[in-house]
Amino acid sequence: MRRYSAFAIAREAARFHTGWERAWRSPMPKKAYDVIIIGAGGHGLATAYYLGKNHGIRNVAVIEKGWLGGGNTGRNTTIIRSNYLQDESAAIYEKARSLYETLSQELNYNVMFSPRGVMMLAQTEHEIRGYKRTEHANRLQGIETRFISPAEVKKLVPIIELAGPRYPVLGALWQPRGGTGRHDAVAWGYARACSDMGMDIIQQCEVTGIDQKDGKVTGVRTTKGDIACKKLGIVVAGNSGVLADMAGFRLPIESVALQALVSEPIKPCIDVVVMANTVHGYMSQSDKGEMVIGGGADGFNNYTQRGSFHHVEETVRALIETFPIISRLKMLRQWGGIVDMTGDRSPIIGKTPLGNTFINCGWGTGGFKSIPGSGWAMAATMASGQPDALAAGFGLDRFREGRFIDESVAAGVAH
Amino acid sequence: MLILTCPNCGIAADETDLAPGGEAHITRHGPEASDDEFEGYLFHKRNPKGVHFERWRHAFGCGKWFHAARDTATLEVFGTYPAQTLEPPKALQALIRKKRPDWEGFQK
Repeated sequence: MRRYSAFAIAREAARFHTGWERAWRSPMPKKAYDVIIIGAGGHGLATAYYLGKNHGIRNVAVIEKGWLGGGNTGRNTTIIRSNYLQDESAAIYEKARSLYETLSQELNYNVMFSPRGVMMLAQTEHEIRGYKRTEHANRLQGIETRFISPAEVKKLVPIIELAGPRYPVLGALWQPRGGTGRHDAVAWGYARACSDMGMDIIQQCEVTGIDQKDGKVTGVRTTKGDIACKKLGIVVAGNSGVLADMAGFRLPIESVALQALVSEPIKPCIDVVVMANTVHGYMSQSDKGEMVIGGGADGFNNYTQRGSFHHVEETVRALIETFPIISRLKMLRQWGGIVDMTGDRSPIIGKTPLGNTFINCGWGTGGFKSIPGSGWAMAATMASGQPDALAAGFGLDRFREGRFIDESVAAGVAH
Repeated sequence: MLILTCPNCGIAADETDLAPGGEAHITRHGPEASDDEFEGYLFHKRNPKGVHFERWRHAFGCGKWFHAARDTATLEVFGTYPAQTLEPPKALQALIRKKRPDWEGFQK
């Protein structure tokens, strides 16, 4: 792999950009691999990357039914934060956030991590109490967050309307090292690094069946032929239920649509991420100048990657109360992703009823921010066959045992 | 917008008038139930990509619960029926089978 650098740009400029290489190879699948990862989104590719980097397992294929990063990795609002209440969540999301800090250098690929700060508005008395509790929890967990006053909110976000009318801003939970990243680049950067380690990334290759013998998976059947494997990782977000069905077990997951939208581009006016969980809306400004806006998920099962219009309407209606400046902006694009929701709104990482098969799913509405930490923990779990310390609390058995990691209350709805 | 006809009051209700209630026809096992059964009841929803039977409440209408049969991959609505039943009406099942020949059939 030829490294990207300022020197490389100068060199290519001098020879009419004829020397750039493909970022990753597009091979046909081999007959067998040590590890197959189903799903070449951020989580799947990160899992493969850390399998190779941290555990020396490089005979790996990542197979993807569509295109690389074309699912939820390319459909989120790119927010990165780790201000969670429960210890298990805080640990894995903070691991992810801290890996994001140096990811561009590590991958030699600019993921544009922008630690611009994430602010969660407290707009009711209950939210003030909730966020102060989170602030104290975060202090014990070693995560830098601070509850700030309305005056500090106004200073950080001059375009905000503090006075309401319906939901006045009473303060906010502020994580200065949270922010955003370039979502596609995260997938592309991991893919390039995986390909460089000799791993095969196989796109347009849909899994149609999972072969088993004596309670273990022996390989997968795909639209590009049968591929054998010693270990299988299922990392497919919204389609986890479909894959689990093929493998013959059930997951505590329901798939629903979550939407986002962007406005037409305008000049820079907000340089932090603002989340307003009471009214179900969050917003940041992209480098292109678009307002990136997200809201609540639909309440019913859905696999169509488009959501209900009234959710867009609710989100925008709420946000223009808090940001009157955006009231006359036009919407440029809207899109949806299928998120895999668990009962406690926490992910599932770990073993499945099939001995050599592992699953990483259930990230629900909070997948993008967790990509590096999730891949790190999943890789360690797959390499050793036992749950990694970061993943230990997120096993599939926690539902049966009532050991929830309850973030549905802790994090509100917007992740 | 999703539109479901409430079988209780006959009104074709917009999604905004309705509250989704999750999978229909799940069995709540009695006091002697095993851990497996109770885990299944609480968490293991079918979540199919395709034909799905689900509960809805006409929240901003007559307020009553009913069931709907829907395709989660296309958002097509096959029909609605009263909630006081243990399985979808035979006519509705026949209609779905006609529209989706490879549907595996209603399973509890």
